[in-house]
Amino acid sequence: MSNKDWRIGIDVGGTNTDAVVLDENLNLISAVKSPTTEDVMSGIENAMEAVLAGEGVDRSRIGYAMLGTTHCTNAIVERKRLDRVAVIRIGAPATRAIKPMIDWPAELRTAISDQWFLVGGGHEFDGREIAPLDEDELRRIANQVKGECDSVAITSVFSPVDASHETRAAAIMREALGDDFPISISSEIGSVSLLERENATILNAALVDVAKTTSESFIAALAGEDITDAEVYLCQNDGTLMSAEYAMRYPILTIACGPTNSIRGASFLTGLKDAVVVDVGGTTTDLGVLTHGFPRESMLAVEIGGVRTNFRMPDIISIGLGGGSIVRQHEDGTVTVGPDSVGYRVTKEALCFGGHTLTATDIVVAAGAAEGVGDPALVADLDPELVKKARAVMTEMVENCVDRMKTSAGDIDVILVGGGSILVPSELEGVARVLKPNNFGEANAVGSAISQVSGQIERVFSLDKLGRAETLEVAKGLATEEAIKAGADPDSIQIVEVEDVPLAYLPGNATRVRVKAVGDLKI
Amino acid sequence: MRTIGKREVEDMAVGAAVLASGGGGDPYIGKLMALQAIDEYGPFQMISLDELPDDAFVCASHMLGAPTVLVEKVPNGMEGVGAVDALEKRLGRKFDAIMPLEAGGLNSLLPFQVAAAKGVPIVDCDGMGRAFPELRHVTWTLFDIPACPAVVCDEKGDVVTVEAVDNAWAERLSRNAAITTGGSVFMADYAMTGAQAKKASIPGTSTYCEQIGRAIREAHEQNVDPLPVILDLLGAFELFRGKLDDVARRTEGGFVRGYAHFAGIDDYAGRECELRFQNEHLLAKSGDEVLCSAPDLIAVLDIETALPITTEGMKYGARGVVIGIPVHEHWRSERGLEIAGPRYFGYDIDFVPVEERVVESANEQ
Repeated sequence: MSNKDWRIGIDVGGTNTDAVVLDENLNLISAVKSPTTEDVMSGIENAMEAVLAGEGVDRSRIGYAMLGTTHCTNAIVERKRLDRVAVIRIGAPATRAIKPMIDWPAELRTAISDQWFLVGGGHEFDGREIAPLDEDELRRIANQVKGECDSVAITSVFSPVDASHETRAAAIMREALGDDFPISISSEIGSVSLLERENATILNAALVDVAKTTSESFIAALAGEDITDAEVYLCQNDGTLMSAEYAMRYPILTIACGPTNSIRGASFLTGLKDAVVVDVGGTTTDLGVLTHGFPRESMLAVEIGGVRTNFRMPDIISIGLGGGSIVRQHEDGTVTVGPDSVGYRVTKEALCFGGHTLTATDIVVAAGAAEGVGDPALVADLDPELVKKARAVMTEMVENCVDRMKTSAGDIDVILVGGGSILVPSELEGVARVLKPNNFGEANAVGSAISQVSGQIERVFSLDKLGRAETLEVAKGLATEEAIKAGADPDSIQIVEVEDVPLAYLPGNATRVRVKAVGDLKI
Repeated sequence: MRTIGKREVEDMAVGAAVLASGGGGDPYIGKLMALQAIDEYGPFQMISLDELPDDAFVCASHMLGAPTVLVEKVPNGMEGVGAVDALEKRLGRKFDAIMPLEAGGLNSLLPFQVAAAKGVPIVDCDGMGRAFPELRHVTWTLFDIPACPAVVCDEKGDVVTVEAVDNAWAERLSRNAAITTGGSVFMADYAMTGAQAKKASIPGTSTYCEQIGRAIREAHEQNVDPLPVILDLLGAFELFRGKLDDVARRTEGGFVRGYAHFAGIDDYAGRECELRFQNEHLLAKSGDEVLCSAPDLIAVLDIETALPITTEGMKYGARGVVIGIPVHEHWRSERGLEIAGPRYFGYDIDFVPVEERVVESANEQ
């Protein structure tokens, strides 16, 4: 096609905003790291300006722009800029025993919703109706909430099996509220487990405006750099992309894309598909596992801003070790590192930068293991015994975590990324190789730029009808269709995950099947 | 009589997950229902078995079916009450109190809401002292107390009264009713007198759950390892520490059977441990050596948090402490082992109490 085949990737982290430009063969042309700002957007603008000013960047060739951002997470955590949501649950007479949002933090509930409704309808696990959908009640609700809310969240019992009541309810709401009124339906957002899926749907509905503002400002920032006809994408937490338009409908899927981008970027930069990725930042070190080129997902219920959801998040463990971690020697001679940190102020407060706080960075500089960082003369007086002990503590912290993340006893490769990766030595116990890719500092932004697109289905199937093998084939076909719909190149699609979990204590071979298909962006 | 508030309910939910022995369903939904019931009816009233008059009339309350359905089709809240009402009508007598059927998992907390809605106290006891797969796996069966008449009630208000020839048929018929009505129902059954309840129930199990949960919570608050406290409280034994490196499951007759394999770490490095489960953990082995078997309880606790890992939640790389908890002596009787011993679940070994196995194992090494 045209020569609009370069991409710009941006990742907003807690400390830094990273940006990269990749050419048509995914070669890294330019990379920058710039501080994250309080309003987030000016930090994005700064990083974008700097990366586009890099040598060899031909901005006229940029056809794709990818953004991984913390906007949505911040909005939930800070309880700011959230939409008022009318919450509709379809399932009566079932589900009365637990009200929507019952165990939410009170402030967040107050910030998002004071209107919820329980409507007759919903399905059984095998697709039968619990009750017919109460359409009259939905019309009444639509008129009641008109002008009283910014967004609607609809959750129907067993909608992952049959979503028809949700889609019908959304249509009824649109008749009264208008075609463009934001409506989030749960079957498009979460999997089986009513309360967790409902929670995620409500949060999604509350984030519509935040996502819209973010996308629009990102597009405006690109325009400010004369990039006006690029395809704009936001990163999801599974390492795949969604269009800006899609992101406005499913903003919740952008939550926690940072760790995913870092793991995927590390994979790309090293060419490894299986490894432990250790991302050392200013305050914490995050460890994730790369399996078949994707982050391993956590099985545990994930809380977002104190709300329980059933999102699949990357399985990450975080420890209080970073470049700014404060190092202390105690009276009994022991040395501790962190968990408190001077964070992004490390370049002012660390001894080797002329500050007054002994940090993890000072230790590696004093040990001569961090060429080009700070001024070694400023830490030359540190007690060598202290330096040795502190390094040993830091190494052991990382080794223990790597061991926790491993799935077999054999040695595994470790990929080191992040600005603080100088803290970790090049040899670790239980590790085959420690790889530190070039541009390790910008793995996040690279991860965002190379993201793929995916399609996923999760449903309860009765294996008695088709048998297991055929059921899984049906599910794979459905997931592939979803991926193509999302913009994947059909030739590149791979099934990356198949999971079937039988429903316990129930005959009839009812099984929950989840399949995810992933492909390269069709360029 | 004791008052059970929200804090106690939160603690009980954690303890119930430990006593679930890996199965029983996540107590989360039961906890939320109980919390909403406290908002509606006030704190729960709980009496001990000793406080229950001999001539009192009590029944068990529980859900039956798939926990996976219950977490999606959340109850209406009147199913349990509807079942108890129908059983009272059938027997022509009101119940003075409600008993949990099962101390482990989801069913540990569901009856609290039912008792509150009925305006009667809950009895601090149950019929299992743990979680088991079937309705008839209760100590009441050992004392020839029939489950029937048993009542099944769904969220729509459908009521099925089961008059079965024995507790095994009560199980089969009720489970079929559960499937027909959507996979998750509430039941009222095992109507009995206070005197029968005292003789045949396992006493104090709700309080026990609460103590376990509190121990874990307090250990977290004080940043100390909760495991020693838990072992002490349960009279339990650490059997193994390892990293899960293989897990397989398959469905068979409505139950999920499978195994999990752990590679030893710390003091157990170089050894291995295999767990067999059918919804709940039933057998723990290290090589040829049996470490613990049903009806004794086997639980896997997360090494860091001491929170229990369910058979459904087990995944590669999880690090767990396998513990063995001695079951109540009712289950160790000849009849108890007949319906819940290793052979009943298809493992051709003799039952040896976990405390004896631990001593044997120590002597050998």
